[in-house]
Amino acid sequence: MSASGYTTIRRYTPEKSALGKIFARDSIVRRMDWLLLFAALLLCGIGTLLVYSATRHRTGLTHGDQYYFLLRHLMNAGIGAGLGIGAVVIGHRRMRDVVPFYYALAILGILAVLSPLGSTVNGAHSWIVIGGGFSLQPSEFVKVAIILGMAVVLSARVDAGDREHPDHRTVLQSLGLAALPIAIIMMMPDLGSVMVLGAIILGVLLASGASNRWVFGLIASGILGALLVWQLGILDKYQIDRFAAFANPALDPSGVGYNTSQARIAIGSGGLLGKGLFHGSQTTGQFVPEQQTDFVFSVAGEELGFVGAAFIILLIGVILWRGCAIARGATDLYGTIVAAGIVAWFAFQAFENIGMTLGIMPVAGIPLPFVSYGGSSMFANCVAIGLLQSVKMQRPMSA
Amino acid sequence: MSGNIPETGRNTRITIRLVILQILVVSLLLTLGGRLWFLQIRNGQQYDQKAANNHIQQVVTSAVRGQILDDRGVPLADNETKLVVSASRTDLLKQADDGTAVLTRLAGVLGMKPEEVTDKVRLCDAETPKPCWNGSPYQPIPITDSATTQQALQIMERREDFPGVTAEPTAVRRYAAPFKSNAAQVLGYLGPVTDDEVSASEKTDTPLLRSDQIGRSGLESVYDKQMRGTAGVTRYEVDNLGRVIGKAGDTPARPGSNLVTSIDARVQAVTEKELNDAMVAARKTFDTVSHENYKADSGAAVVMDNRTGQIIAMASLPTYDPNEWVGGISSKAYNQLIDKKSDYPLLNRAIQGQSAPGSTFKVVSTSAAINAGYTADGNYPCTSSMTVGGTTFKNFENESFGDISLGRALEVSCDTVFYGIAYQEWLKDGGLNAKHPKDWFFKTAHQFGLGAKTGVDLPGEVTGRVPDRKWASDYNDMMQGYWCRTAAAHKNDPKKSFDVQNSIEKCADHNVIRAGDSINYSIGQGDTLVTPVQMARAYAALANGGTLYQPTIGKAVVSADGKTVAPIKPKVTGKLPDTKTTLKYIDKALAGVVTEGTADWKFGGWPQDKIPLHAKTGTAEVSGKQTTSWFDTYTKDYTIVMTISQGGTGSGASGEAVRRIYEAMYGIKKDTATIDPKKGIMPKPVTGLPKISADGVATAASYTVPSADDLVVPTPTGPHTADGTAQVLAALAPGRPEKLLLGRRYWS
Repeated sequence: MSASGYTTIRRYTPEKSALGKIFARDSIVRRMDWLLLFAALLLCGIGTLLVYSATRHRTGLTHGDQYYFLLRHLMNAGIGAGLGIGAVVIGHRRMRDVVPFYYALAILGILAVLSPLGSTVNGAHSWIVIGGGFSLQPSEFVKVAIILGMAVVLSARVDAGDREHPDHRTVLQSLGLAALPIAIIMMMPDLGSVMVLGAIILGVLLASGASNRWVFGLIASGILGALLVWQLGILDKYQIDRFAAFANPALDPSGVGYNTSQARIAIGSGGLLGKGLFHGSQTTGQFVPEQQTDFVFSVAGEELGFVGAAFIILLIGVILWRGCAIARGATDLYGTIVAAGIVAWFAFQAFENIGMTLGIMPVAGIPLPFVSYGGSSMFANCVAIGLLQSVKMQRPMSA
Repeated sequence: MSGNIPETGRNTRITIRLVILQILVVSLLLTLGGRLWFLQIRNGQQYDQKAANNHIQQVVTSAVRGQILDDRGVPLADNETKLVVSASRTDLLKQADDGTAVLTRLAGVLGMKPEEVTDKVRLCDAETPKPCWNGSPYQPIPITDSATTQQALQIMERREDFPGVTAEPTAVRRYAAPFKSNAAQVLGYLGPVTDDEVSASEKTDTPLLRSDQIGRSGLESVYDKQMRGTAGVTRYEVDNLGRVIGKAGDTPARPGSNLVTSIDARVQAVTEKELNDAMVAARKTFDTVSHENYKADSGAAVVMDNRTGQIIAMASLPTYDPNEWVGGISSKAYNQLIDKKSDYPLLNRAIQGQSAPGSTFKVVSTSAAINAGYTADGNYPCTSSMTVGGTTFKNFENESFGDISLGRALEVSCDTVFYGIAYQEWLKDGGLNAKHPKDWFFKTAHQFGLGAKTGVDLPGEVTGRVPDRKWASDYNDMMQGYWCRTAAAHKNDPKKSFDVQNSIEKCADHNVIRAGDSINYSIGQGDTLVTPVQMARAYAALANGGTLYQPTIGKAVVSADGKTVAPIKPKVTGKLPDTKTTLKYIDKALAGVVTEGTADWKFGGWPQDKIPLHAKTGTAEVSGKQTTSWFDTYTKDYTIVMTISQGGTGSGASGEAVRRIYEAMYGIKKDTATIDPKKGIMPKPVTGLPKISADGVATAASYTVPSADDLVVPTPTGPHTADGTAQVLAALAPGRPEKLLLGRRYWS
C-alpha cells in the first residue's frame, strides 16, 4: 500500500464534516436504538388519535373545544420528548450522582399530594392540580426514582468489582429505599401505582442478581400483604368492589362493573377491522367512562378492531423486546438494572391496563404507556425511554 | 470467576434472570393477544349486538288504522282527530328540575291535578303503581287525548313555557254509528296489547308498541292485521345519557287498509230497532204457561244475501257502546259489561247464542224423510198425540189435522207427522240394538251445516250440536256415573221422581239412542242446538237452490289510497242433500206458512205475488225457561232469521219485526202490498264495491240518504228482567245436563 494512496483516501474521509460526525461509528445516531424510538413515537401518534376520538364529543370535559385534549396530549408528548432527550444527554451514569436529589424530590412530591395541596380524582387522592387544566401525578416520577435509586444501591459494590452479587444488606437497603414511597402512596391510596411499583421492585431484584430467597420472598410477601390488606379491612369498599367487579360486573353495576362491561362491549364490537377511526358507537356515545385515560385501549379495540389493537400490543412488545436486549447488552449491572426495571414497569403497566379493559385484570387507575392522556405519565415514560437509550449507548467503563 | 463477564457487567445468574423476565413479558403479551382475539373475533358478533342495543333507540309512530265501511262506503268504524297532549321524558329530564315546573304549568292549562300529570309520565316498574308509562322512555307520553283547541293553542303558542310538551292532532278510533246503527258485537273493539304479543311481534315486520291497541273482538280482531298498517320507526343514535346524537334511519308509517263489509248501515239500524221492538213487545205479552210476561232477555237477528252468504245485518241484544273501549276501558265500565246483571252484552248471540231450533228444524226433517223414501205428498196422520212405549208425545196444543202431506205438515207445523216418521226410521235403524243405522235425520242435519261452525269471519263462533250417535255415546259415557249413583241411592224410594226413573233406565242401558230421543229430535227439540247464523245459512241455501256458503261480513280489503283492492270472495262450503224437486216442494210449503200456515196471521196483505216470502216458525221449549222463539224467513234475495230467548212463539214474537225489515228493504208500505222500490233501502242486493279515494273518503255512486221516516232510531234499551236472573241464551254449554227429557210435553 503506497503512502500517497493512503493520504488520498484520508483526504476524502468524511469524519471531519458535521454530517460525518453524526454518522460516525460511535456517534449517538449509530448507537441509538432506533426501533425503540420508532415504536415509542408510533405509540404516541396512535395515542394522540385515540385520545382525540375519545374526547371530541365530551363537551363536559373539553368545554366545547374538541381539540382540547388533542392539543394537550401533543404538548405533553413534546415536553416528554424534551425530557427524554435531556435524559439521553445527561446519561444514566451521570444521573447517578443526582439520584439522591431526584429521589428526595419525588418523595416531597408525593408528600405534597397528602398535604392540602393534593386533590382527589376518581377516588384516588394522587394529584396536584396546577391550574389551567394541568395537574401532576408525582407517583409517576416515583417509578423512575425507585428504579434509579435501587439500581444505584444494588450495583455499587458489584460494579466496583467487590462482589459478584449484591449481599443481603445491600438488598435490604434498596428495599428500604422503595418501601418509603410505597408506604406514602398507599396512604393516598393509589393501589394501582403500588402494584406497578411492586412489579418494578421484582424486575429490579431479578436483574440485580440478588439471591432467589429475596425474589421468592418478595413474591410471597406481596401475596401475604394483599391477603392482610383484604382481611384487615384496610381497603375501602369501593376498592374491593373495583377489584372484584372485573370478573363479575354485577357486583358494582353502576360503577366499575358498568365501566368494564361497556369497555368490553366496545372492544368486542370492533371485530377484526374495527368500526373505523371516529366511527365507534360506544366511543361517540361516551358509553365508556375515562376513555381518554385508563380505558383508552377500548377506543382502539372498537375503532381499529383486532388488527389495530393487536398492533398496539405489538408496539409495546417491541419496546419491551428492545428493553430486554438493552438490559442484556448493558456494560455494567447499573445499566442492566435500570433497563430491566423499566421493562418490568412497562410490561406490568401495559398488561394491567389492557387486561382491565379486556376484563381479565381488576380495574386500577393505571394509564397505558404513551397512549393514555396524562402529562405526568407521558413525562415519566419519555424519561424512561431516554434512560434506555442512554444505557444502550454507554461504552464499557473500563474501556 | 465463573461466568463473570466484566465488560458487560453480567454473569450467568443475571443472564438467566433476564431470560426469565423476557419469558414473563412475552407470556403477558400473548395473554393479552389471546384475550383480544376471544373478545373481538370469537364473540365479536355478540358484542356488536350489545353495542347496537346500547346506542340505537327507536321511536315508533303508530299507523292510522283502516276504516270499517259498510256496503256503500259509510264508515262504521273510522278515526277521529283528537288533540293529544304528550310530554317527552328526554326533554323534561334535561331541565334543571326534571320538568316539574313545566308539568305543573301543564296541569294548570289542562285543568288536571299536578300529581295526575306527573304520575302519567313516570316509568312503570315493579314498585310503581298505575298510572305509569310502560312504553319506551324515548316515546312521547300522552297525557290527555281530549284537549280542547284552546288548551292546545295555549301550549303551542307558549312553547318556551312548555319545553318537551307537544299538542298534536292524533287519529283515535271512533265507532261512528251511522243511522244510529250499533253493530257492537260485529265491529268488536280494540284493547291494549299484552307483553307477550309485543315480544312475539318484535321479529315480524309489523312490530307492536306497548302503547298499541289491537283488535280484541269482532271484525277489529279478525281483520286486525290488514287494518293495523305498519308503524313508522325512526331510529336515533343516542349517547350514554340518552341524548340523541344522530338519526340512524327512518321508516315512515304506512296506514292500514280499509275493510269494506257487506253490512248495510241502514238495514243494520232497522234490524236492531225491530229486534229491540219485538223484545219490548214480548215483555208486554202474557205467557200462559209460566203465568207471567215473557222475559225476552236476549235476541239475535241475521240478514243474509242468499246468493253469496254475505251478511247484510247482524244484530245481537243486549248490546253496548263500542266507543267505551276507545282509549282503554275503565274497569268500572268493563265490570258492568261482564256482569251477569247486564246479561253479557259482549256476546254476539247471532254466532255465539245457541238454543234448540224447534220447528224451524222441520225443513231438515222433511228433507231427511223424503231422502229416506217417504213420499212428499203421501198421507201422514197428524193426530193430537202419539204414544210410544207408554209415553205420550203430544202435538202442539193437542191439535189434529187428519191425514196430511209433508208440505202441509210444514205449513201447520204438525209434530206428530214427524214423530211417526222418526219413530219408524228409529225402528228401521235397529231401535235399541242399532247395528248399521242409516241415521237419515242426523245425516241430513249435518248436511244442512248444523253441528259445525259456519266459518263466519268473526271470532268465537260456537258449533251448536247435532245429538247424533257419537255425541250421545260420549255424553252418556260422561253421565253414566251420575245415573247409576242416583239409581242406586233411590232404588227403594216408594215414589220415584222423574229424575230417578230416568236414571234407573239410563243406568241399565245407557249407550243407545232411545225412541223418545229420535222423536224429540225430529221436531228440533231434545239436545239439538243451533245458532242463528247456522239457520240463516241453511235457509239461504233453501232459497238459492241448495248452496251452503261460508257466511262473510268482510267483502274486500282496500288499501288506504284506494288503489289496491283485495276482494273476499264468497266461498261454497256445501250442498243441501235435496233434489231440485224436493227444494221446490219445501219452497212451496214454506210459502204456505206465510199464506195459510202458522205465520199467516202476521202477514195479511203481504205482496206475495210480487215478493214471494217463505217462512218457518219455531217455538222451542227450554227446560226451566220460557220458550225460545224462532222465525226463519227468506225471499229470493234475502234470508232473515230472528230469535228471541224467552220470547214466546216464532210468529208471535218476531213476525211483525221481520215483516218490517223486509218492508224497509224492499220499500213496501207498512202492512200493505204497495211497493215503491225507490223508498226501499235495498230493493236489490248490492253488487260491486264503493270507491275509496286516495284521501280515504268512500263514495257510492247510488248513495242517497233515506228520509227520516224510513229510519226510526232504535234505542237499545238492553233488556233486563226485573229480578236480575236473566237467562243467557249462549250460556248453554255443550254437555250441560239440561236435557229435554222423555215423557214431557214438547211443543212446536
